[in-house]
Amino acid sequence: MAPITRAGRPRPAGGGLELAVWYLTRLTGLGLFVLALGHFLITHVVYDPAVQHAKWIVDARWGSLLWRTVDWLMLTMVIFHSFMGVRTVLQDYTRGALRATLTMGLYLVAIVLFALGTLAVASLKAPVP
Amino acid sequence: MEYVQYRGGVGMLAWALHRVSGVAVWAFIILHVFDIWLSGVNPALYDDVLALYASPVGRAGETLLGAALLYHALNGLRVIVMDFWPAMTCYHRQLWYLVWVGFVGLGVPVAWVILGPIWTGGG
Repeated sequence: MAPITRAGRPRPAGGGLELAVWYLTRLTGLGLFVLALGHFLITHVVYDPAVQHAKWIVDARWGSLLWRTVDWLMLTMVIFHSFMGVRTVLQDYTRGALRATLTMGLYLVAIVLFALGTLAVASLKAPVP
Repeated sequence: MEYVQYRGGVGMLAWALHRVSGVAVWAFIILHVFDIWLSGVNPALYDDVLALYASPVGRAGETLLGAALLYHALNGLRVIVMDFWPAMTCYHRQLWYLVWVGFVGLGVPVAWVILGPIWTGGG
């Protein structure tokens, strides 16, 4: 039974993959509430954008394996959450061949972006601790 | 489905803002993952992009981004509360006002910090 709320996407009644996406969107949403807001505060309040040169990223942010792990976790969650969210928007406003094409394009961009982000966080050379 | 979503009033406005802010943050994330990738492969070019972020126009943009992120995060909690505790849907309006209390309470000081260097000459 899907409770009628005026807030978000109703819980898919059919179960399966769509229901899993629905739950995962909420789960990643909770994770990102901490990770994304925390990230924004670190990069805009704790540190000013003016100091965050490429060298600063190597020295201060990604000199630690823990922060790389946290940032990669955030990357994974944000790619799923945002691209599945845009997929819901596409499903609301498009049909047929256009929807199929745009959805495939969306998945392609998501995969490329996830690969780029993973490459960046995993391959950046940091000073040996 | 449209019937549920387009009843109008506070509920629809909360939903529409959630959608618009979500798409806005999504668009920025495409740019942001790309610029962080640049920091590894072309640090000099990344530093040029960073100068743009630290400029007055960049700071205004980041304030808008932060506003979209903060609204989406707070209203997202409201959505989750009502999804898993349907009885709270009766109080969806009060919950939305609570979202705005958090938005102003947290958002205004952060906006002050981000925009400050425009006037003090830093950044």
